[in-house]
Amino acid sequence: MKIVLENLTKTFPGRGKKDRNDVTAVDNLSCEIPDGELIALLGPSGCGKSTTLNLLCGLEKPASGRIYFGEEDITELPPELRGVGMVFQNYALYPHMTVKQNILFPLENLKGKGRPSKEEMVNRAMETARLVQIEELMDRKPRETSGGQQQRVAIARALVKMPRVLLLDEPLSNLDARLRLQTREEIRKIQKKTGITTVFVTHDQDEAMSISDRIAVMRSGVLMQIGKPQEVYDNPASLFVAKFLGTPPINVFEGNVRGGMLYIGDEAVLSAEGVPDQEVWAGIRPEGFILKEDGPLTCQLGRVEIMGRDISIISSHKACTSQNIRSIINAETRVDTASSSVRFALKPEKVFLFRKETEERIVF
Amino acid sequence: MGQQAEYEKQEKAADRRNKIRKILTYTGLGIWALIVLFPFYWMLLTSVKSYGAYNAEHIPAFFTLSPTIQNYIDAFTSVPLVGYLLNTVIFAVLTTVLMVVVSVLAAYAFARLDFRGKNLLFTAFLSLMMIPAELVVITNFVTITNLDMRNTFAGLVLPSVTSVFYIYLLKENFEQVPDELYRAAKVDGTSDLKYLLKVMIPICRPTIITVTILKIIECWNSYVWPRLITDDPAYYLVSNGIQEIRENGFGRENIPAMMAAVVVISVPLIILFLVFRKKIMEGVSRGGMKG
Amino acid sequence: MNTNNKKAWLYLLPAILFLVFFLVYPLIDVFIYSVEEGYNFASQTYFGTGLYNFSYVLHDPFFLQAVKNTFILVIITVPVSTGLALLISAGLSSIRPLRDLFQTIYFLPYVTNTLAVGLVFMILFQKTEYTDGLVNLMLSWFGRGPVDFIDGPYWAKMFVLCFYTIWIVMPFKILVLTSALSSVNPDYYRAARVDGTPRLRVFTKITLPMISPMIFYLVITGFIGAFKAYSDAVALFGTDLNAAGMNTIVGYVYDMLYGDSGGYPSYASAAAVILFAIVLTITCVNLLVSRKKVRI
Repeated sequence: MKIVLENLTKTFPGRGKKDRNDVTAVDNLSCEIPDGELIALLGPSGCGKSTTLNLLCGLEKPASGRIYFGEEDITELPPELRGVGMVFQNYALYPHMTVKQNILFPLENLKGKGRPSKEEMVNRAMETARLVQIEELMDRKPRETSGGQQQRVAIARALVKMPRVLLLDEPLSNLDARLRLQTREEIRKIQKKTGITTVFVTHDQDEAMSISDRIAVMRSGVLMQIGKPQEVYDNPASLFVAKFLGTPPINVFEGNVRGGMLYIGDEAVLSAEGVPDQEVWAGIRPEGFILKEDGPLTCQLGRVEIMGRDISIISSHKACTSQNIRSIINAETRVDTASSSVRFALKPEKVFLFRKETEERIVF
Repeated sequence: MGQQAEYEKQEKAADRRNKIRKILTYTGLGIWALIVLFPFYWMLLTSVKSYGAYNAEHIPAFFTLSPTIQNYIDAFTSVPLVGYLLNTVIFAVLTTVLMVVVSVLAAYAFARLDFRGKNLLFTAFLSLMMIPAELVVITNFVTITNLDMRNTFAGLVLPSVTSVFYIYLLKENFEQVPDELYRAAKVDGTSDLKYLLKVMIPICRPTIITVTILKIIECWNSYVWPRLITDDPAYYLVSNGIQEIRENGFGRENIPAMMAAVVVISVPLIILFLVFRKKIMEGVSRGGMKG
Repeated sequence: MNTNNKKAWLYLLPAILFLVFFLVYPLIDVFIYSVEEGYNFASQTYFGTGLYNFSYVLHDPFFLQAVKNTFILVIITVPVSTGLALLISAGLSSIRPLRDLFQTIYFLPYVTNTLAVGLVFMILFQKTEYTDGLVNLMLSWFGRGPVDFIDGPYWAKMFVLCFYTIWIVMPFKILVLTSALSSVNPDYYRAARVDGTPRLRVFTKITLPMISPMIFYLVITGFIGAFKAYSDAVALFGTDLNAAGMNTIVGYVYDMLYGDSGGYPSYASAAAVILFAIVLTITCVNLLVSRKKVRI
């Protein structure tokens, strides 16, 4: 099922005593999610991603704008008529019911001709349980299962009514690091198997990059960029997106473009042909540095961390916005640790320029 | 498009159901509020009706056009209402102060000090919570009578001091004060008592206030023990006083004056409640039981 | 360690003294009293020991009347007040505006003097030579004849007693249930809404099981409280409850102890022990049932 969001806006009444202005949680959001894809809504907390999810499932009504599932306008539909399955951050499994009862619960709510027979319900519950591999847990209470298993039960409960769209709210945040890796693969597998268009919300860029077909980066209610993970990483539309994606994070310098050259400090480090003279933010990915004795960028050498395949050079530069510049280079390269400075050349495709005021990308 | 219209119809029906549900909810809640408030209104209303007017009403009137304060004057002059109020205040203050001091000391020992048999003793304390007051009242009555303490404040107050529940509540609260503070105070050479007075009590003031208010309410409303232990009206508390007024006071028929007395007795607690509403409700919901 | 030990006991001393003297000793003593036959208050002597006191109490028509009254009171007020409180709290938690106001109003009976407000109830229900009273006025609107609720037929009196008791115990129950309801994680309701669960089903399948421990707590404390009913009855019918036929078990204990019919601490003790046994049994039964039913 293709999902289309059209100029979606959601405001909440102001809570503060002094400031009674409405808070805009989602601001004029438009995007299209192709059928069968797994898309991550990514952003820091308070960016409106959870609100967007609630708008999709119908727990919140938008102030303006439309939502389409396929060709059908569902903006005004109550949640139960939308055919969505939702997995909550804390799973919201009913503690007094067994796993089986939990999975059956949505089916038992169905009314009229859509309601399957008792037998069919059980069959479907078992089938879904098999899909997420929890058949042997069916008679346990949720608290008698592990965090990862609860997560699967929650997914089974969302899937059992064969939703058109599956929504996951921070599905991995309650799991420990090891389980998180494993579960995200699991989610990916289940999604591929069922082919249900899936939207999940996360603040963890690693999680979003690794399993989704598409990521949508949000900030204070505004959609900053949407695209395939690699595309967004390689071509960030703004400084915010560039900073938000990638570990270790991108290094940001205060720079200057003069006569088609990018200057960091007094050094002309890269040609920036066609860019008018101005002050800029220059973002350099950690893998964009090449250690070179006569390289144009000179930094104070801090320390070197060996990470096996790669080595990481920690250095500093007065134009850099953070204290440490982190660069990752091939382990075969020799670094003279006795020296106090280190010189780099830059890979042009790993250097991004942004306007000083708007932080928008300058393509060159 | 037909489907769309169908959805809209469903939406509208749901809206209508919601509205009806809301109206029903508010009506129901309103009715109960009326049932709760009506006796208060009636007692206020009756207390300002004149004796003659009240007794001339064969059909009760829901309002009065000629309110009078004569009943309040009667309540204060022809029965010893002031004495009852004063007794109750003395009783409540003495009992509450003693209870707070005793409970704070015990709770502190349980929460902060280490001694042999602590857990055993605390379990014993907790099991005392189960003992119904009705069971121990008999012996206490005999004891106080034999000690010749009937119709004294000592006899009234002493058996009312004990309260395991408040010790428990305070102990729980004391335990939330971080250990580091105690160690820091010890390093600075603070004595246990000084630590209790200067650190523990100020930090736990909210709970102590809650406990104090709950105990005052309990004292103000206590009836059974004062009734057993006092037969001299000079020592009556308000509950016994109102019973005395009802049976021998103004004569059975002077209901407006009786209601004036009831208002006078009820108002202090209602004011206390309105001032400390949050604290009282919080304290009660943590397990306080009436009686 | 040793000085610490001593100091701790010093802090505990006042509490222990009070508790031993006014709680532990009386507790033991009441059982002793209850088996001492023919105890004389003035001379503090008795003939012998045995179960005569119990037998006397169990054959006393006033006691049997009190037991009957108490049981009726318990059986009516506990379910009604709990159910009503559940309904009201559910209503309260479903609204936003005016919620605080309602909550404050509902709590008022808790802070009022039972004896004093009982008087108001008495005049509302009472029928005298001068007036039929307000409740009878309302009854007459529906074409019902005047009933004397205070000095009249048994069931009329029982009705007033139950009504007043419920009025008194509601604040506590509403308060406990409202806070129980508000502690249910809203995500459960959101999940149910996404699944299109009808409201009634949400209430019976999710809300009720979630707050069932609190409901059982209220039922148990409600039973205990109702078995100890006394001052509400005094407030409505005066101190001579036996004459009104409205005595309760606790009332019987006090009447035996003190007042015009008093001076028999042995009988009072026996009655108190019987009451204690009843309450203990019912509490245990309740706990057993709840153990079975409440499994969260």
